[in-house]
Amino acid sequence: MNHFLFGIYPYIALGVGIMGTIARYERDPFTWKSSSSQLLRRRQLVIGSVLFHVGVLVIFFGHLVGLLTPIWVFDMLGVSHGAKQILAVVAGGIAGVMALIGGGMLFHRRWTDPRIRRNSSFWDIAILGLLLAQLVLGLLTIFVSLQHLDGGEMVRFMAWAQGIFTFDPAASDYVADVALIFKLHIFLGLTIILVFPFTRLVHMISAPIRYLWRPGYQVVRSRRQEPLADRSARQGK
Amino acid sequence: MKIRAQIGMVLNLDKCIGCHTCSVTCKNVWTSRDGVEYAWFNNVESKPGTGYPTDWENQDRWRGGWERTRSGKLQPRQGGKWRILANIFANPDLPEIDDYYEPFDFDYDHLKSAPEMEAFPTARPRSKISGERIEKIEKGPNWDEILGGEFSKRSQDYNFEGVEKQIYGEYENTFMMYLPRLCEHCLNPACAASCPSGAIYKREEDGIVLIDQEKCRGWRMCVSGCPYKKVYYNWSTGKSEKCTLCYPRIESGNPTVCSETCVGRIRYIGVILYDADRIEEAANAAEVMDLYDAQLGVFMDPNDPQVIAAARADGVPEDWIKAAQDSPIWKMAMEWKLAFPLHPEYRTLPMVWYIPPLSPIQNAAQAGAIGMDGAMPDVRNLRIPLRYLANMLTAGDEAPIATALERMLAMRAYMRSKTVEGVIDEGIAERVGLSGAVIEDMYRILALADYEDRFVIPTTHREQVEEAYDLRGGCGFTDGNGCSTGMSKGSLFGGSKRPLKMPEEVR
Repeated sequence: MNHFLFGIYPYIALGVGIMGTIARYERDPFTWKSSSSQLLRRRQLVIGSVLFHVGVLVIFFGHLVGLLTPIWVFDMLGVSHGAKQILAVVAGGIAGVMALIGGGMLFHRRWTDPRIRRNSSFWDIAILGLLLAQLVLGLLTIFVSLQHLDGGEMVRFMAWAQGIFTFDPAASDYVADVALIFKLHIFLGLTIILVFPFTRLVHMISAPIRYLWRPGYQVVRSRRQEPLADRSARQGK
Repeated sequence: MKIRAQIGMVLNLDKCIGCHTCSVTCKNVWTSRDGVEYAWFNNVESKPGTGYPTDWENQDRWRGGWERTRSGKLQPRQGGKWRILANIFANPDLPEIDDYYEPFDFDYDHLKSAPEMEAFPTARPRSKISGERIEKIEKGPNWDEILGGEFSKRSQDYNFEGVEKQIYGEYENTFMMYLPRLCEHCLNPACAASCPSGAIYKREEDGIVLIDQEKCRGWRMCVSGCPYKKVYYNWSTGKSEKCTLCYPRIESGNPTVCSETCVGRIRYIGVILYDADRIEEAANAAEVMDLYDAQLGVFMDPNDPQVIAAARADGVPEDWIKAAQDSPIWKMAMEWKLAFPLHPEYRTLPMVWYIPPLSPIQNAAQAGAIGMDGAMPDVRNLRIPLRYLANMLTAGDEAPIATALERMLAMRAYMRSKTVEGVIDEGIAERVGLSGAVIEDMYRILALADYEDRFVIPTTHREQVEEAYDLRGGCGFTDGNGCSTGMSKGSLFGGSKRPLKMPEEVR
């Protein structure tokens, strides 16, 4: 069972998540959007959305860097396992609380405002619920972590996560005997990856960072099949 | 010099009767769908009034359009790129649906399904968003209709800036005009500039500004970026939509639906050649009052051999150059100086222009006291204050508006003298800097307004953009993802996306 949940399920989740995302982008680009409901109700959104997004982004990149950076990098930098764990607990804790408050506001708004509720799909509500549950689980793990500050457990999670990405068949053994709350947190996290392509979460892939180095402000498109000759060449003749 | 062609429009407000046919036909064609009930790609506003959405002209509030920074840089009023991205989680300048109106429908079914009652059954309104009962409709797309509401509310109209407006609340002095509005298809569109996804683009061949529905991610910066509030967020699909200038019609040489159905024949469509290299400089003129002239400077004379040669080199088709030479837009904007851009101070270089309306002479009761300028009444005595029109059309510069109104009065006086008294009075024409021949041309285009004179629209050169053979039996226009074969050139599930190309005979 442990092997299935933490040795096989991750590949199912990642497989569906990645392929599903590619398929949706390719086959149904019209549905690829942030689904903002700010137009319908501004109240609660401004604070809620900013808290939620900033918190979640910090947590997301925290997990990404924290779990997937090989442990020897930290050893080389002279960061002890205990110190890394304290950093993770403090940063993650603050961001987690931010995201939880913001997400709570967004959920309240989505659930109680008739305008938003009527225009929410099943997954709009479900994914927000899943994320909130995941935030609660993640914050609860802090209490377990605080009981052993040596960072040993955290290193096991890193070994597991890196094991998954390096196709280590024994990856699930690393997390075989960690506290239940961690297992729940990981399972739910994998599930969110699994359902990712079917929810509005896909908009995070389209974060429009490229805007910053788009030349100038304007966008002009030409439909010519054969592009015009080079300007300088034309003017030269 | 980089010459491009743009389809422009002029609306002769002097002839607009405010019938809203343009709005209704537009709605029936484009926005009678879920999520855009509130979106009026074309709407008609009764002025003075706060317009639609309420108070849209107040850019201190909505922060649309562009601004010239202290260092002389041109950037969207809502902020530069970093600022726009920083606001992506919650856009502080986005209107709420209540700033437009909550779309509603009526319980029509109740009229026939109601049980026997003492009183007649009524159809009560219901929200199209939440489905809930609306007890009182608070707003609609034309809430200022025909002097509706008290003057104190209507006079919050931004165009009263600098006008002693109290007297216009009096019955004897009140005035009214209509302002039909649609997307301006700007040369320097603020919506496109604000779109982080790059989904909004201007078409090279005809200047139409469109939103790529498959690329739009719903970041909604265009809605706040557009100072005319002519980009609408579809709350059902989560994508922004806007006036398309009926591009399928324009491409085949037909006028837009709003223009085609205009019963007052006030709309003109034609080609303007412009120099794309001058846009940024023109939009960044130091003083707002210079913006109107700066935009005139971007338009290129289609009869100038140098311009024609440059246009050819830049790929403007021959019939488009010809259309630019016959363009009613060029005549009204450049030759006669009758048409003006709407709010040039937004620095977007709009391409839907307006001829200001004449109005009854103020205090006509005191007939003897009317200021006459020769044979014609002084335009400063017209009931609509010059300053009001100037605030709307020239960023406050009254002189060009006065000239335009004088020319329109002169046209009437000249034609009246010619047809009623049988006297051709060149003096009238000379006084406003025109000739009799030009006035007759003006009369033909403005007063007679034949279909062929109003709409000079060359067809798109489809042979340059697509293989007609591949389109045969293809997919028509649909909403959403109807015919999408995906975004990338390749195909996810094997096979080529490119249609079959028949082998050609070897020459």
